[in-house]
Formats: sequence, C-alpha cells, structure tokens
Amino acid sequence: MVSRILKRAYMFSLYLFLYAPIIVLAFYSFNNSRTRGAWTGFTFKWYLALFQDRQIMTSLYYSLSIGVIAAFVATIIGTLAALGINHLKPIPRTVIMNLTYLPVLNPDIVTGISLMLLFIFVRLKLGFLTLLLSHITFNIPYVILSVLPRVKQLDQNMYEAALDLGATPGLAFWKVILPEIMPGVVTGWLLAFTLSLDDFVISFFNTGSGVSNLSIIIYSMARRGINPKINALSTLLLVSILALLVTVNLMMSRQRHLKIREESE
Amino acid sequence: MKTLKKISIIFLLMSMIMAAGGCGPSSKLTLNVYNWGDYIDESVLADFEKKTNIKVNYDTFTTNEDMYIKLKSGGSSYDLLIPSDYMIKRMIDEGMLAKLNFENIPNYKYIGSQFKNLEYDPDNEYSVPYMWGTVGILYNKKMVSERPDSWRILWDQKYAKQILMLDSHRDSIGITLKMLGYSLNTKNLAELEQAKEALIRQKPLVLAYVVDEVKDKMIVEEAALALVWSGDAVYCMRENENLDYVIPKEGSNYWFDAMVIPKGAPNKEAAEKFINFMCEPEIAYRNADYIGYSSPHTEAVKNLPAEIRNNRTAYPPAEDLKNCEVFIDLGSALKDYDRIWTEIKAQ
Amino acid sequence: MKKTWAAYPYLFWIIIFTIIPLGLLIFFSITVQTASGIVFSLDNFRRFLEPVYLKVLMRSLSLAALSTVLCLLLGYPAAQFLAAHDLKHRNTMVLLMVLPMWINFLLRTYAWLPLLERKGLINYILGRLGLPSLNLLYNDFAVMLGMVYNFLPFMVLPIYSVLSKIDRSLIEAAEDLGADPALVFRKVVFPLSLPGVFSGITMVFMPAVTTFVISRLLGGGQFTLIGNLIEQQFLTVGDWNFGSAISMVMMAVILISMGFASKYETEQEGGGLW
Repeated sequence: MVSRILKRAYMFSLYLFLYAPIIVLAFYSFNNSRTRGAWTGFTFKWYLALFQDRQIMTSLYYSLSIGVIAAFVATIIGTLAALGINHLKPIPRTVIMNLTYLPVLNPDIVTGISLMLLFIFVRLKLGFLTLLLSHITFNIPYVILSVLPRVKQLDQNMYEAALDLGATPGLAFWKVILPEIMPGVVTGWLLAFTLSLDDFVISFFNTGSGVSNLSIIIYSMARRGINPKINALSTLLLVSILALLVTVNLMMSRQRHLKIREESE
Repeated sequence: MKTLKKISIIFLLMSMIMAAGGCGPSSKLTLNVYNWGDYIDESVLADFEKKTNIKVNYDTFTTNEDMYIKLKSGGSSYDLLIPSDYMIKRMIDEGMLAKLNFENIPNYKYIGSQFKNLEYDPDNEYSVPYMWGTVGILYNKKMVSERPDSWRILWDQKYAKQILMLDSHRDSIGITLKMLGYSLNTKNLAELEQAKEALIRQKPLVLAYVVDEVKDKMIVEEAALALVWSGDAVYCMRENENLDYVIPKEGSNYWFDAMVIPKGAPNKEAAEKFINFMCEPEIAYRNADYIGYSSPHTEAVKNLPAEIRNNRTAYPPAEDLKNCEVFIDLGSALKDYDRIWTEIKAQ
Repeated sequence: MKKTWAAYPYLFWIIIFTIIPLGLLIFFSITVQTASGIVFSLDNFRRFLEPVYLKVLMRSLSLAALSTVLCLLLGYPAAQFLAAHDLKHRNTMVLLMVLPMWINFLLRTYAWLPLLERKGLINYILGRLGLPSLNLLYNDFAVMLGMVYNFLPFMVLPIYSVLSKIDRSLIEAAEDLGADPALVFRKVVFPLSLPGVFSGITMVFMPAVTTFVISRLLGGGQFTLIGNLIEQQFLTVGDWNFGSAISMVMMAVILISMGFASKYETEQEGGGLW
C-alpha cells in the first residue's frame, strides 16, 4: 500500500516536472504586466500583439508551407525509394539502407552545416528554396523507414494478379499497391510534417534573405529575453496540438468501434 | 481504410494548394532589409509599403560579425544593410558595397555635417548614417552604491554574477583594452594577450554574455551592471528609473551605424528609396524616439522632446567623448581578436 | 517485376544532399586558407587538441553523460510504472508522456527562463517563504535541467515499450522459484529491458552532446559546449575549416558511441513515437 502511494507520488511529481513549465508559460500569457512573478491582472493584449506581429505571422506561414511541401516531396521520393529498395539485391540494399540511416544518426548540426556548405559551394542563395531542400533531405529517411515495413508485407501475387487481369502497371500500382502501403505513407507524411515543423538546427544554418520559420523566430525572440508574446504563441500551439490529438484519438476510436461492430455482425 | 484514404487525399490537396501558394510568382517588388535586432520602429515598415507598394522583407542580425559572415559566404541576398563604421570600411575595402546614387536620396541633406566625411567613408559615397552612440556601463543605482567611473567596476568581486557583458568581441575586448590604457584598435599581440587574461579573470564574475537580452534583463533588475550601447541604455532608463549610464573615464568606443547597399543587390533603386524614406524627418524622428539611439538627422533631433535632446546618455557633451575612439577595421589582425574571443568563451 | 528504378530519384538525392555535403565537410576540415590559396593541412585538428578546446569536449561529454544518467534514474521507474500490468488509463498516461515532445523544442527550453530567473517564479516563491533567492540560471545546473527536461521522454518510451512486452510468465516463474522482488528485478526484468535502456541512452546522449540551443539559452553565452563552438566558427568567426574539423570530431564521437550502443539496440527505430 505504501509503495503504491509512493509510486503515485513519484509519477505525479514527474508529470508535474514535465508540465509545470508549460502551464506556467501559458498562465503568464494572460498576465497584464511584463514583469515576472507578480500577477497584475487578466489580459488578452499579448494575443492581440501576437497577431499583429508581422515577423511571427510570416514565419508561421513559412513553417507551414515548408512543412507541407517538404513532407509532400519527401513522401513521394521516399515511398518510391522504399518500393525500389525492396527489389534491390542484398548488397546495394545494405549500402542504401546505411546511407539512409546516416542523416538519422548524424547530429543535426553536422547535417545542417554540411548542407550549408553545399548550397554556398554551388552559389545557391540561402532562402526559401534552400530551406525547403534541406527539410526534404532530412525528411526522406523517416518516410522510407515508415513505408518500408509495409512494402515488405506486400503480397506480390496481388500485383501480378492485377496485371494478369489486364490492368496496366500504373493502374495496378494505383489500385493494388498504393492502398496496401497507404497507412505507412500517411504515417511517413505526418512524421515528416511534424519533424519539419519542429526543426530548428538545420533550418538555422540553411536559411537567409529574411526567410525565417517559427523556430528561428522563437530562438531570436528568446535571445532578446522574456516576451509575453512567445507565451501567447506557445499557449496557442499547445491548444492546437491538444485539439489535434483529441480529434485523431476520437476518429481512431470510432473506427475501432465500427470495426468491432463489423466483425461481430 | 476508407477514412485513411480520405485523409490522404485531403493531405495531398493541401500540399498542392500550399505548394502553389508558396512558389507562385509574387507581382510585388520585395526589398530585403537586414538590420540589427530591435533597431527600428516596425510600424515604419508598413508605412513604407503603403507609400511605395514595395514589400519589405525584414530580417535581423545580432552583431556586425554575424552579418558579415552571412553576407560574405555569398549565401544570402539582401538589398539594404545597417552595419557599423569599421564593418562598413571593411566591406568597402573588400568591394562588397555599391556606391549610392544620391539623386535618389534627396533627404540626405538632413544629415548633420559632423556625420559626413567620416573616416570609414571619407567621400560619402557608400553610406547614409542611421544612428550613432557610445559604449558604456548601465548600472542599477539601488544595487551599485557609488557612481562607477572606471571599467574596473566590471572586475569588482562585489558584483560577482551581477555583471552582463556584450557578446560581441570588438566591444568586450575593446573596453578591456581601454581599461588597460591601450587603444581599442590595437594590433599589438602582447596588449591583446593582456586583455585576454583580464577577460578570463573576469569570466567567473559574469552572469551572462548577451546582446539583445540586456534590455529585458536590466529593466527587471536581473543584474546590477551591464556593458551596453548607449541607445539600449536610453531605452532601459525610460523603463526603469533606477538605471543610469556612464562612460568611464578611461574612454570608450564612439560609433556610427549607417545604411549601405551591398554590391549586386537585386533592387538597388528600391533600397535607395528606402534610405530616402528613412531620412524623412517624421520617419527619422519616429525611429529615434522609439529605439532611443542618437540620431544624426538634424530635423529629427530638433523634434525630440527636450529631456531626450539634453539627455547626457543619448546626446553626450564633447567632454564625455574626449577619450573615445572609433573602431577601425583591423584587417588581418582581426584573426587574433577572433581567436582570443573563442578562447575566452571556451574557458 | 524489377522496379528498382523507383529508388533512383532517391539515390540521386542522397548523392547530392548527403554524400557531397559530407565530402565538402571533410574537404574543409583538412584544408586551411592561406594567402597563397587553399592548402591541405591537419592544422585544424591540431588546434582542436589545444587544452582550451579539449576542455570544451570534455565538458560536453561529461554534461551529456550526467544528463543521460539522470534521465535513466528518473525514467526507468516511470517506464516500469507505465508498463505495470494493472494500470488503468495506460494509453492516456503514455500519451501524456509523449505530448511534451510535440511542443516545439525551443519553446520547451524557453519555458524555463521565466521560472529560473533571479526575479522568476521559483525565486518569487522562495522569497514569499522568507528564503534567500538562488542563482538558478546561466550555470551547469540550468543547462543540465534543460537537457533532462527536453530528453526525458526519449528515455522513458523505449524502456516502456520493451518492458511492456516482457512475458509475464517469466516473472511469475522466477517468483514461484522463490526469488524476492529485488532479485526478480536484478536477474529477470532489468536484463530483459536492456535493449530499451540502450536505445534510450543513445536517444538522450546524442542530442545532449550536440546541442547548442540549450547551452545558449540557459547557459547565457559564456557556457560553451562543442555545439556552440561549431556554431560560433560558422556564424560569428567564419573559420569554416576549424568549424568543419570540430564537426568531424563530433561526428566521430557520436558514431563511435552509436556503434557501442547498436550492439544492444532493438530493431525498433523510435518505437512508441507513432
């Protein structure tokens, strides 16, 4: 009994440790005064200021568009790669897989710097394009790693059956292979998108000409000291993540219910 | 399975829409401005956009060196920069700046004559002054009993972990050289080694090496003493009346920041328009009022309230500047400064 | 069906964006810029062997190791609790452990600033209790706290996923044979959980060694880790050759420690994340 209470107390303090800073941050986004510690009244003014801040709003746009496009391109290249890798002979396959793991294992800072060296070497101006290319680069391995297991499970006979029934290879791919690997593809896309949104280090070295994503803006604002606008921003992000997770969970549990019902019928 | 399909289709559509939006050609001209952090009244940018229909893409740097590296690497394209004197000299010498067409900048006439023909741009070909100022000590009167008159106070054990230094090597090494009685433009290795020793000795007393954080930290009284640029001091003193600024007797750095256009800027004419706009009396006044630095613009200064115009921090009398020097470009000796700074920070 | 061509765009991509950049990094690290042009030299590596820089490397390694140990000590019991067979609401609890990882890494680090400052919340509370205020920010403690806070979930999840798959009958068998809980843990549970422990260690140690953000924001600019050194060389000093050499050293350190860990690691990459 005692150990049970101890365990609970331990878990409670651990979750408190994980959440307290974020909750305090959110709490202070409603504080009227800029100075810390004391609470001087409730306000929404930091949220208003946030939406009027053009740097933050532009960076939000860049973060989202880079995230969506990079994830999209990485998903296409990565899915194709996963399909191809599966058919490679063992030796080239091992080589390619090791190269795939390399950017995953390599420290972000090394990936970021080496890409920067490349872009500068070929005289590509750092900006939107280089940011996009670097994000695609670090996204592809994650797409491959999430699609590959699905590809391995593919039943070759299905594809051949489709061909025998007169489907063109394209149609067979679209109707037979793609639906089978779709869960892996969607996971890959989502993973790539979130990684892209979260990335700071690689973006930091590969952007310029005024193109900054959200992480870079937060970094430069945090270096200027505490700013209630960042508190407001993090509260909004926290709320949207929560909303997203709740929706996904609800959707998944509904699907599960449907499935259970189908099976029981 | 069906839901998954639907989700994926939505994602694909979203991707394509965003892709189209992201890469689509924008009809408006875009001006890339690269400035110090927190160094402009940002509403000015919107006014410029409204007036000229040129979109401003505004980006900031932390120190002259950061800006230089970013530009030198050839990785970035900017149309307008606002570096300091010695950096402008270096960039002119290295052929990185374009000559301005002053026909597009009629408002140049408002710049005070003492800010023209300065050493870094002797013939006024490349730059239009934006702000000027000094480097000094910002201190909190509640925490520091006597008014500091020497840089040595930044080495005083009494204020251990209450001192903020500038994370900018020319400034931090420069004032140390001044304290030791040397020129802040020295290339003498022995003198530099002494400065390095002094800074390493000081390190345990320093709370943090900062640039932009300094304002926030001093206003909320996180530290007692800080090495700051005068404009930041003006800003902080406005927010917290316990703060005061002093230029130590050993002398300090006296600097100018000016607007320049890098060679090969895609929109040179728009950049000149921007410079001209920044020199309009009302705009120059708004910037000077907002950021607190000293303006070289005669009309803007005239319009400032008397308490700022007569503020010893923002517009110091000649006697305060007596021992002050302007940074000059160090050429190859800069490597020594870089190495020393790296070693100090790595300690 | 020979569809190996599908991998060609990717092959093309890794050659351009992975292999060539690394080649450039190696090239820069073994050359120096002199007045007469670019010369091959090992000077950059030799410079790194100076005591100042070796000290930075040691500091980075020891701080990362310490944070990893702390994460393990804090995380293992948590993983055990999550994997306990009689836990209600397990999914919610696990989700709560994962959730902070979804919040932007910089925000998670920034969140500590208002707490740790001299006028921050913790000192405010201490002051209210009549206690003297503490120097919490801009020191080893703050940097380590930042690391543990940011990377703790990366330790808990892999251990949890291994623990939850352990066959209950093994534990019951040990108990039936008279082993007390401590012995069961020492002889059965812990050895079986080792793959998770090792993958947790790599997932914490790696980012902790290479970070430059945590040390910049919570260490206050005077706290130089190897990541800060690299950033400085590339963005402030502009000595790419030295910067590349440091990066190479760092890569070597990481790949060697990965090599050690991968001997024990599970097949599952980032299991439990999705």
